[in-house]
Amino acid sequence: MDEKLNLVFKALAHTERRRILTSLRLRPNQSLFEICVSATSGDGAGLTRQTVSQHLSTLERAGLLEIAWVGRTKTHAVRLEPLRRAIDFLGDTYLDEEAS
Amino acid sequence: MRIHVTSVFVDDQARALEFYTAKLGFRMKRDIPVGDHRWLTVVSPEQPDGVELLLEPDDHPAVGPYRDAIVADGIPAVSFQVDDLKREHDRLTGLGVRFTQEPMDAGPVRMAILDDTCGNLVQLVELKAA
Repeated sequence: MDEKLNLVFKALAHTERRRILTSLRLRPNQSLFEICVSATSGDGAGLTRQTVSQHLSTLERAGLLEIAWVGRTKTHAVRLEPLRRAIDFLGDTYLDEEAS
Repeated sequence: MRIHVTSVFVDDQARALEFYTAKLGFRMKRDIPVGDHRWLTVVSPEQPDGVELLLEPDDHPAVGPYRDAIVADGIPAVSFQVDDLKREHDRLTGLGVRFTQEPMDAGPVRMAILDDTCGNLVQLVELKAA
């Protein structure tokens, strides 16, 4: 459980990865190419494909991505379950009034 | 020096010619027998003397892995300019062409990506008015 939480928090601890999640929420099932285009045209930051690819790996390891193949192209969407578990954990552990 | 021809690898030249002419709307320019294959090019009817697109056989062993990898990442093999992306998207969809990426804004352009059914992703780009 701890290791899984670490992966989720690590995945969220980067502006660009949160931006990718936002982009995938707005427009699910994007290919790597599409995510790179979105990243570039969003604020002109211009991420390299390798950088985006690494960010996607980190998000995927944390379970935050739903991978699907459309034809021969790999697409990405957001998977919220690990995020909910992480938030529940924070709530139960640190914000539970009765426990304090 | 000028660019007179560029190419896409296709898995079947006859089917590719059909797709690039009957669907996309290009015209055949040259069809010259070369061994087992053809030197087969198309041009845009808007620029009949412009750059030719060579529909190149994909039988070199390096083509498969190269193409699998770029298609997996959604990267187009070739890009064509259109005046009205929405109109082209509607027209091609009506002809049964499958888009892998619906029209989207990308900075100074709008773009979409379709499957050429011969192994490639093809990008269509509309330049936004300045």
